Amino acid sequence: MELVLSIGIGIMTGSGVWLILRPRTYQVIIGLSLLSYAVNLFIFGVGGVKSNAAPLLGEGVDISTVTDPVPHALVLTAIVIGFATTALFLVVLLAARGLTGTDHVDGREQPK
Amino acid sequence: MSGWQQHLIIAPILIPLVAGATLLFFDERERVIKAMISVVSGLALAAVAISLFRLANSGEGTFEGVYMLGNWPAPFGIVLVVDRLSALMLVLASILAIPTLVYALARWHTAGAHFHSLFQFLLMGLNGAFLTGDLFNLFVFFEVMLAASYGLLMHGSGSMRVKAGLHYIAVNLAAALCFLIGVSAIYGSAGTLNMADLAVRIGEIEGERRMLLEAGAGILGIVFLIKAGMWPLNFWLPGAYSAATAPVAGIFAIMSKVGIYVILRLSLLVFGQGASAGLGLNVLLYGGMATIAFGTIGVLASQALGRLASYSVLVSSGTLLAVLGLNNGMVTAGALFYMVSSTLTIAAFFLLIELVERGQDAGASVLAVTMEAYGDADEEDEEVEVGVTMPGTIAVLGICFAACGILLSGLPPLSGFVAKFAMLSGMIGTSAQGDTPIAASAWWIVGLLILSGLAALISMTRAGIRTFWASMEGTVPRVLVMEMAPVMLLIALTLALTIKAGPAMSYMEETVRNLQQPTTYIDAVINARRAGVSEPSGPDGGGGL
Repeated sequence: MELVLSIGIGIMTGSGVWLILRPRTYQVIIGLSLLSYAVNLFIFGVGGVKSNAAPLLGEGVDISTVTDPVPHALVLTAIVIGFATTALFLVVLLAARGLTGTDHVDGREQPK
Repeated sequence: MSGWQQHLIIAPILIPLVAGATLLFFDERERVIKAMISVVSGLALAAVAISLFRLANSGEGTFEGVYMLGNWPAPFGIVLVVDRLSALMLVLASILAIPTLVYALARWHTAGAHFHSLFQFLLMGLNGAFLTGDLFNLFVFFEVMLAASYGLLMHGSGSMRVKAGLHYIAVNLAAALCFLIGVSAIYGSAGTLNMADLAVRIGEIEGERRMLLEAGAGILGIVFLIKAGMWPLNFWLPGAYSAATAPVAGIFAIMSKVGIYVILRLSLLVFGQGASAGLGLNVLLYGGMATIAFGTIGVLASQALGRLASYSVLVSSGTLLAVLGLNNGMVTAGALFYMVSSTLTIAAFFLLIELVERGQDAGASVLAVTMEAYGDADEEDEEVEVGVTMPGTIAVLGICFAACGILLSGLPPLSGFVAKFAMLSGMIGTSAQGDTPIAASAWWIVGLLILSGLAALISMTRAGIRTFWASMEGTVPRVLVMEMAPVMLLIALTLALTIKAGPAMSYMEETVRNLQQPTTYIDAVINARRAGVSEPSGPDGGGGL
C-alpha cells in the first residue's frame, strides 16, 4: 500500500510541476490543483499508513492499532485552505483573461 | 502577568478579526462609518501592541507571555507566545498600519470593494504569524495574510495589477504547498508541531529521521525565503510591489519581513544548538549577499520610482538575510534595528512616490519604463528659467524625498546610518579586541552594504533631479494634508529612532540575548500553567482559532 501511495503522490507531483511551468493559465491552475492533491496525500501519509484503524485511544487498546489523528486534522485544514485559494486564483485567472484578452500567464502572446 | 494582561496577548488577533468582520455588514457607500471602524481598530491595535511591548521591556532578563488557546497545555494545544521579538514586530506592524490607513482614507479606499476588511484581515494574519508558537498555526496565519494580500494587491483593478496579481498568487500558492510539505515532514519525523516542543525533541532524533527533519526544515526555509525575497526566489517581488496601490505597497513593506522574522525565530530556537545547529546558515549568508547584489543592480537600473522602491525592498531583505547568516549576536542586534528602520523608510517611500508621480502627466510613467529599455535618449533644450519660485507642496515633497534618499543610502543623520553603523561595527568591531580575525564573508558583506548604499544614493539623486528640478510639465501635484501627514509621520518616526538609538539598540541587544537562550522560551511554553486548573471541568472552549 505504501508503494501505491508513494507512486501516486510522485506521479501527481510530477504532472503538477510540469503543468505549473506551462504558459497557459488554465494549465497552471490544474497543475496547482494536482500539486495540492499530492501534498494532501503526503500529509496523510506522514502519520504512518494504516488501514482499518481508528484514531481513537481507548482503555486497553494496543497503541499499534491506532492511527495518528493529527495528520487527519492537518489535511482537513490544508484541503479547506487550498480549495479556497485555488477558487480565488480561478477568479483572478478569469479577470486576467477578460482584461488582457489572452490566457497567457504574461497577459500577451509570446512573439513567434 | 496575570488576569486581564494575559488576554492582551490574543487581542492583536481578535481586534482586526472583529473589525474586519463588522466592516462587512456596512455597505460600500457608508464610507465614514467604515473609515471610523478601521481607524479605531488600528488605534486599539497600536495601544495593545505598545502595552505588550512595555510589558516585554519592563522586566530585567527574559520575558515570555504564553497564551493557551482553548486552555490546552502546550504540546497538545496551540499556544501564542509574546517575547521581546514578537512584541517588537507587533509594534512595527501596528505603527505602520495607522499611517497607511490614513493615507488610504484620502482617496484610495474608494477605488474598490472591501478595502478596509481586507486591510484588517491582513493585519490579523501578520499579528498571528508574529504571535503563534505552532508551525501549522503559522501556516494558517500565513494563508490569512496572503489571502488578504491577494485582494489588496488587486485593489484598484486594472490589467497591470491583475497581471501582477496572477503571478503573485501562483508563486504564493506553490509556496504554500511547499510549506505544507515541510511542516508535515517535520511532523512525520519529530512528532510535534509546537516550536518549543520541537526544540526539545530535536536532540533525540537520530539517523534517517533527522535527515527527514532537516529536509523538511529546508523546504520550510525555502517558503520563508520566497516571502523574504531572496535571490533567485524574488522575481515576483518587484512586479507585485510596484503594481500595488501606494497604501497597499506601504503595508506590504512589512510582509517581506515576516519571512525574516520566522527564519530568525526558528533558526535560533530550533537550530541554535545541538546536532542540527547552524542548519542552512550558509544559504542565508550567500543567498543574502546575492540578493544585495541583485537588488543593487536593480536599484541602479530602475527609472520608474515604484520599481526603485521595490528593488530597495530586496536590498533590505538581502542585507538582513546575509547578516543573519553570519550568526553573530551583536550584528543581529544591529540587523533588528535595521529592519525597523528600513521597513519604516520603504513604507514612507512607497507612499511618497504616488504623491510625487501625481504631478507628472500620465505619459511620464510610460516614458520611465521606455527609458529603462532604451536609455535616456533625447535631451531637450529647455528654456532657461531664472528665479522660478518653488511651490510649497513641491518643497515639502522634495524634503521628504531627500529624507527617504538619506535613509535608503544610510547617510547620517537619520536612522539608516545608525542601523548600518551598528551592523558594520558588529562585524568589524568583534575583532578589534584582537583575538579572532574578521571572516572573509564579513568583509564581502561590508563591501556590499556600502556599495548598495552608494547605488541607492546615485539612483535617488538621479530620480530626484529628474522629478523636482527638471520636471517636464511643471504642474504642481494636488496633495492633501491627509496624504502628506502619514509620510511625514513615518519619517518623523525614523528621526525618533535616531534620537532614541541608545535605548532602541539596548532593547535589540536584549532581544538577541533572549533568542540565543532558547531554554527560557521553551520552559515558559512547556511549563505554562493552565488557567483555573484546579477546577474539575474540562477546558473551556474559548478562542478556538
